Amino acid sequence: MFPSAFFFLDRRLSLTSSQPHTRARGVQLLSEVLHECYGNLTEREVEVLIAFYENRLKDHYIITPPVLQGLRALTKCTVLPPGSAVSMLRSLFQDVHVQSLMLTERSCVYNMLINLMETREAELKGLGADFVFGFVQSMDGERDPRNLLLAFQIAKNIIHRGYDLGKFTEELFEVTSCYFPIDFTPPANDPHGITKEELIEALRAVLSGTPKFAEFLLPLIIEKLDSDVQSAKLDSLQTLTACLSQYEHKDVAEFLEGLWTSLRREVFQTSSERIESAGLAALTTLTSCLSRSVLNSDSEDSLSTFLDLVLKDCKHHLCEPDLKLVWPSAKLLQAACSASNRASHIITAAVMPSLIDQCTVIPPVCLSRPSTLEESVFSAFRESLCSMVFSALSETNSSLQITATSMLTSLAQQTGLLLDSDIELAVDHLTRLLLTEEDDRVSLAVVECAGALAALHPAAFITKLIPRLKTEINVVLCSGSVGFSVEEVVLACRSLQRIAEQVQDTEETGQCFHEVIIPRLLSLALQAALQGLSGFLSGCFHVVRLAGQTASRAVSLFLDGDVSFLPDNSFPSHIQLLKQGDSWSQSQMVCLLMGCVCSLPRSVEVPQIDQLLSQLEEMSCTCSHPLSYTSAAKCFAGLVNKRSQGDSLDSLIQRTTKRVCSELDSTSSPVRTQAFTLMIWVAKALLLRYHPLSTALTDKLFSLLGDADLGAMAADGFSLLMSDSADVLNRGCHADVRIMYRQRFFSENSAKLVQGFNAAPQEKKPNYLKALSNIVNKLPKQETVLLLSLLLEALLCPDQGVQLSTLSCLEPVLINPPPALIQQLEALVSRLLALICSSVRIASLRCIHALSRFPEHEILPFRARVLRALARPLDDKKRLVRSEAVQARGEWFLLGSPGGR
Amino acid sequence: LVSSGGLKMSGGTRLENANPVIFQRSGERLLTASEEDEDVHDPIDDREIFDILSINDPEHPLSLEELNVVEQVRVKVNDAESTVGVEFTPTIPHCSMATLIGLSIKVKLLRSLPDRFKIDVHITPGTHASEEAVNKQLADKERVAAALENSSLLEVVNQCLSTRNI
Repeated sequence: MFPSAFFFLDRRLSLTSSQPHTRARGVQLLSEVLHECYGNLTEREVEVLIAFYENRLKDHYIITPPVLQGLRALTKCTVLPPGSAVSMLRSLFQDVHVQSLMLTERSCVYNMLINLMETREAELKGLGADFVFGFVQSMDGERDPRNLLLAFQIAKNIIHRGYDLGKFTEELFEVTSCYFPIDFTPPANDPHGITKEELIEALRAVLSGTPKFAEFLLPLIIEKLDSDVQSAKLDSLQTLTACLSQYEHKDVAEFLEGLWTSLRREVFQTSSERIESAGLAALTTLTSCLSRSVLNSDSEDSLSTFLDLVLKDCKHHLCEPDLKLVWPSAKLLQAACSASNRASHIITAAVMPSLIDQCTVIPPVCLSRPSTLEESVFSAFRESLCSMVFSALSETNSSLQITATSMLTSLAQQTGLLLDSDIELAVDHLTRLLLTEEDDRVSLAVVECAGALAALHPAAFITKLIPRLKTEINVVLCSGSVGFSVEEVVLACRSLQRIAEQVQDTEETGQCFHEVIIPRLLSLALQAALQGLSGFLSGCFHVVRLAGQTASRAVSLFLDGDVSFLPDNSFPSHIQLLKQGDSWSQSQMVCLLMGCVCSLPRSVEVPQIDQLLSQLEEMSCTCSHPLSYTSAAKCFAGLVNKRSQGDSLDSLIQRTTKRVCSELDSTSSPVRTQAFTLMIWVAKALLLRYHPLSTALTDKLFSLLGDADLGAMAADGFSLLMSDSADVLNRGCHADVRIMYRQRFFSENSAKLVQGFNAAPQEKKPNYLKALSNIVNKLPKQETVLLLSLLLEALLCPDQGVQLSTLSCLEPVLINPPPALIQQLEALVSRLLALICSSVRIASLRCIHALSRFPEHEILPFRARVLRALARPLDDKKRLVRSEAVQARGEWFLLGSPGGR
Repeated sequence: LVSSGGLKMSGGTRLENANPVIFQRSGERLLTASEEDEDVHDPIDDREIFDILSINDPEHPLSLEELNVVEQVRVKVNDAESTVGVEFTPTIPHCSMATLIGLSIKVKLLRSLPDRFKIDVHITPGTHASEEAVNKQLADKERVAAALENSSLLEVVNQCLSTRNI
């Protein structure tokens, strides 16, 4: 490290040279050195350097860039002498015209300002409004997005850190707001990675930062909302929402009418859901901004003025239910309503009476609306609302019933609104519907509603609904097969499940479940099993899952045949549920065992686990009933996934692997499918927890892709490995699931798959491709780039199976095409077009349709060729083909045509 | 790279019929077993043409079907003789967009049907003030071709034909 004085001596010649270029080189060298060593300078040295640099700013223009670099380095010094920041900026603003500098020098200036604002805030504030003026002049006309981000940051600092804007408020607003709304498309392969969103966010922080901008910003937003460009509208609405949360009522007072007109238009004549919801959000913020206001004695209440406007425009639409403005009006009212208590009072008072009036006349359309006004205060209307809901629940019109349930739910969520008697009535209605309703959609809605209500009013449900359901289940079972409806029981179980989910936290109800319901359900299931009834299990399964505590009893029931805890105990003792009996109806009970033991948290010890595991393994390898052996395999896998690491686990896995592989290797074995099922579930259990022994099993799976009998199943197996399973081995069951296990599996195994594909004989290739497409469908798209050339090559394969699975693999990739694919567009297009008259033409046409959404300049050269080729499938003999061709051709016609895209 | 503001104003475009009666959409066509059978030939029928015509109205965010401008009973196709006839009903008798709607229907059919078809698009008799003039324009091949050379006209037609999913 050289002392800086030494440098002056050394460079004296070039710094004092009469040639500006030579001087510039000297200053450049000095600046570069300073960049390396600004931390080591003393205050005195800094002072000298600043004086030198300030002087150089007046020198030849060619010297300015290195001077700015040097000054930037100095702004990072911690020992900047007092007053130097101010003098530096004064000479900068005075001697340099920033916008005539090059890109990097402009960025240099912005960085200086940012550095100084970080460290010398008090000094800069001393400059007063001059600082703001200097900045406004510097950034006026900036066009580069990188520099704009910096400039916006400075502007934001100025606003948020309380710099004095003086009389330059409007100038600062003008110089930033001229970019609004941001219209920027990053160039292809842009190395800086600046996105439109970053710019939008940065600018929005500036514009919405201070109420001082309100008088300029609000008219601008109203003007931009008139724009035809969707993104401009969206940006305007979001900016409006952002700034309104800062403003007070006096800032917006004079623009209320204009804002309302624009917002109303966006919602009434909306063409896009995003704009509509942005408009509604803006309305909510506007209303809550007005609601926050503190009124003076002489000022008018701007909230009620504004809501009068809203009501005037919306209310009458509500009374004309056959017209299309009903819904938008309801949405607007709801948005305003949800802003504050006062707003909801005003609106409810004005709207509810006429809504209730209408509901009695034309219920179907109107009933949907009160449910949307849920935020409001209803108490005055409780009685009429309740009677309306209950009468709707008794109607036969299913959509009316569904709306009524959702309305009941939202009413119940109003704390303290419904009386106990209302709840009881509601429970009666729900019970009746649960047990008698035949329409699936209604049943589902009722179950949802019962679940929601049970969480809020557990007492009523425990005393009324649950006993009723229990007796119903009993009745159904005891009545034997006559009038037995599996759906009914399943439905009852579903609602039990919903209720269980909601109430499991309270001790009392939990007790009720564990002591009464679960044993009863198990006993019913067992009874059903002994009588040979089926279809009951799937219903019970979900309820049983929730009852972890019962696990130890369940284990002893299954292992030891201990039936003592079941009610109505008339079972033969020593039933052996896990031993291969003659009846699959008993063996399938294992799925209840799975429900009991596989959803336990990892910390809970499962009793007698080794014995349990070995019996499960035995069952899954020998049983012949598909549900039974699959459930046993899943249960086994669920337990293996949670066992703690160690030798006992490893030896268990090795034993199982050996057994499974030997069954699979003997092609004549009668239980190959069973062994395969166990293998795939265990492989999944291990894969999820990154267990090293999973490789043996997945390798086996790869080798089975070439197997004559199991090849297709193996290919499907990859989908099981990669997707989440609903009943075991998911996070909800507390399974050990590591993040990114799919990506990891893919990166470790994609090479094997490609190799296998290349080596496989023609007739086996479809299995590999199918396996591949199963993996690819679950992966983030960038991973598939590696496989593109494989896919493109597979399109040339004459086998239809290969073509079809390749196309189905390609289609999701085409929706978000990686750059590598675009480079191979010629090959892709001609190979796809070659297939549009073959037997895989539908899939091929879909891919061609997807191609039409590629970047326009890339695919435009193919337009004429594709349109010509697509004329032929328009006359295909199959309607499904024609319809795909019509859609694809329509999109390609729009491409590059005015108004098209 | 960043343009400084200044967007086009849409300026005073008012809807002619801002609050039309809307009609329920007919459901999706149900798939029959024979349609999935590769060996069976499915003739082009009225419903298929009707489904092709799910076009947006140029002034409403609604489809022509929802506005009852196009109805299935007013679509006639004869696959064997390669003819298609479509009658459309403007929402109001003075609708200035009638020609444009007719043109959009015609263009959509030209793009979606095999060459062999002769396409006839006209206004449902008695539903428009200048019915004859519009029908004459729509039937004149050269005028249709000339209209589509006009890029601002083509722009509106394409907007009607683009699937709205912004």
